[in-house]
Amino acid sequence: MAKTETMTLNMGPQHPSTHGVLRLILELDGERVVKCTPVMGYLHTGIEKNAEDKKYMHVLPMTDRMDYLAPMTNNLVFCLAVEKLLNIEIPPKAQWLRVLLNELTRIGSHCVWLGTHALDIGAMSMFLYTFRERERILEIYEMVSGQRMMSSYFRIGGVMEDVPPDFEEKVRAILRDFPARFDEYEALLTKNKIWQNRTKGVAVISGEDAVNCGLSGPTLRGSGVDWDIRKSNPYSGYEKFDFNVPVGQNGDVFDRYVVRMAEMRESLKIVRQALEGLPEGAWMARVPGVTPPPKEEVLFKMEALIFQFKIYTEGFSPPVGEVYFAIESPRGELGYYVRSDGTPKPYRIHFRTPSFCNLSALSRMVEGRLIADVVAAIGSIDIVLGDVDR
Amino acid sequence: MLEQAIIAIIKVAVVLFAILTACAYIVWLERKLVARMQVRLGPTRVGPFGLLQPLADAIKLFTKEEIIVEQANKWLYLVAPLLAFIPAFITFAVIPFGDTVTLFGREVELLISDFNVGILFILGVTSLGVYGVVLAGWSSNSKYSLLGSLRSAAQMISYEISLGLSVIGVLLLAGSLSLVDIVKAQGSVSEWFIWKQPVGFFLYLISAFAETNRAPFDLPEAETELVAGYFTEYSSMKFAMFTIAEYANMVTVAALATTLFLGGWQGPFLPPVVWFLVKVMFFIFLYIWVRATLPRFRYDQLMRFGWLVLLPVGLVNVLVTALAVL
Repeated sequence: MAKTETMTLNMGPQHPSTHGVLRLILELDGERVVKCTPVMGYLHTGIEKNAEDKKYMHVLPMTDRMDYLAPMTNNLVFCLAVEKLLNIEIPPKAQWLRVLLNELTRIGSHCVWLGTHALDIGAMSMFLYTFRERERILEIYEMVSGQRMMSSYFRIGGVMEDVPPDFEEKVRAILRDFPARFDEYEALLTKNKIWQNRTKGVAVISGEDAVNCGLSGPTLRGSGVDWDIRKSNPYSGYEKFDFNVPVGQNGDVFDRYVVRMAEMRESLKIVRQALEGLPEGAWMARVPGVTPPPKEEVLFKMEALIFQFKIYTEGFSPPVGEVYFAIESPRGELGYYVRSDGTPKPYRIHFRTPSFCNLSALSRMVEGRLIADVVAAIGSIDIVLGDVDR
Repeated sequence: MLEQAIIAIIKVAVVLFAILTACAYIVWLERKLVARMQVRLGPTRVGPFGLLQPLADAIKLFTKEEIIVEQANKWLYLVAPLLAFIPAFITFAVIPFGDTVTLFGREVELLISDFNVGILFILGVTSLGVYGVVLAGWSSNSKYSLLGSLRSAAQMISYEISLGLSVIGVLLLAGSLSLVDIVKAQGSVSEWFIWKQPVGFFLYLISAFAETNRAPFDLPEAETELVAGYFTEYSSMKFAMFTIAEYANMVTVAALATTLFLGGWQGPFLPPVVWFLVKVMFFIFLYIWVRATLPRFRYDQLMRFGWLVLLPVGLVNVLVTALAVL
């Protein structure tokens, strides 16, 4: 009998469907994957170390470069963590805006996920449809912050500025148009026999394994575990909103797909509530020495100008202590650990990123399956390499 | 004799030119149509509506650097594109694209050769194309190419069987292997074989999609899994030859579908050649449409579908047709 050997295939870091620069070392027996070893670090940015030498407010713009598909979420968790360290309250309007934009971010991020995931499985057109929708959300980003991706709109103590006058109209247009678009996506995919064949029963992970691997977000909920930080540990006023947490059953690619599709509709619901209940008032807390005074005062009052100058040159020093703050990012539990030694620069920041933890389940999902399932699995755990490597 | 030879050569030249142009413009059409279906514009820069885009692409491909992979089996590596390219064009020799016309006082048949086993000839020649694919994958000495070519070979061979079976129904009804006779057996629209052989038609259509490696059966070149499949390592004109061969194969199966099921060049009012083109274009459009809509099969599903669904259906279809003809 002829001796058979397994073949080692190096998939990535330059590969069309490893979603960035993920490298997988696949050991193949024909088309079947015997062993899968993810190799990361090709997008390592050293943000954690870099942050130790920056003042708190200067760390903020670095955070949205990690998970570049959900910049607002990253900003939010950093702001929340530092606000907790400082023990400051932020005005309701800022909270509502944060929730609203955070949910839009979730939709935008899921749009990218759906597009690339469908593209990996061969449904080419979906990619362009979902990017058309994401564009609308990026327009909102641009409108509020001036930036389409690296928005840094959320600031420690509130948000950067009030939203422009036509903000409401634009968001309403999204609320009006998107449900029909989601129906369109589902019409193309959900009942499509080929799509079902490609996703049902593929890359299954049981609820228990998912918890043991430290999965979170839709990847975990697809396995039937009802865990959403927005519900379990509400932050930023999420307890005031009415929404459901979609949960799957089988833990396969299809269930994760269904969960994310349902999540986008739930996010629209939250956006609608946030828009309708958007309170009036200040968008930035007034904490002397931490948040800059309003612009009008800076222009006309000597003291305000001095305060602003001092804040931006010296920074502010939170009391000695440490804080871990986790929120539900589009990908799962995004937690920031911040430790202050009483100086204007953080002593240590650590990011617990969902992509990194979710990636750990990939080998378990694909071993024993076919190459085509590997790309389906990568798509379904929705990793962003910036978020994995940081 | 000489006269006939000259006529034949002219016909060959015209057909070759037409097919090459058609391939170039099918690429353009595909880009335009898919773009429209995906809310994009497609090529717009080169010429009006991007109509000169194929020309620009050709120039680009001709002037690109020829890369021969160092570890490749050089001879096979160079021969493989030709093996894919040539059979794709030979098949047009037997496809009738119009009735007899009178040009300069001579009767000219609008086909290159009325071969009495035309259909077998086509099936035989298209099978040769597999060699190009297999050798390309093997000789490139690249793992992606190898996987692509293995998939492709398995797929093309499996689906050739159901393709052949779907055609047998038509052959039984027409009682001839000559494509000219098959066309003549479908005199009017009601006699088109699509009505008598609906199962055979869909069988043919599905197998043809798989045979030409088009979505949703485009696994051999599934760019999201295998980069570009068997021609990952090819560049410049060698790459273009694979692409042209693929599009030429698309035209072949579309033309064959027209001939076998839709009455070939026959149709009311319009001249025969126009009817032929309209019907072929219909199939090409179908190809493009499907590509923009459907996701891709997985390798094992594809094989299972071919062997466990298409093959039995094809056999039953042949059996029923044979009994009906008897």
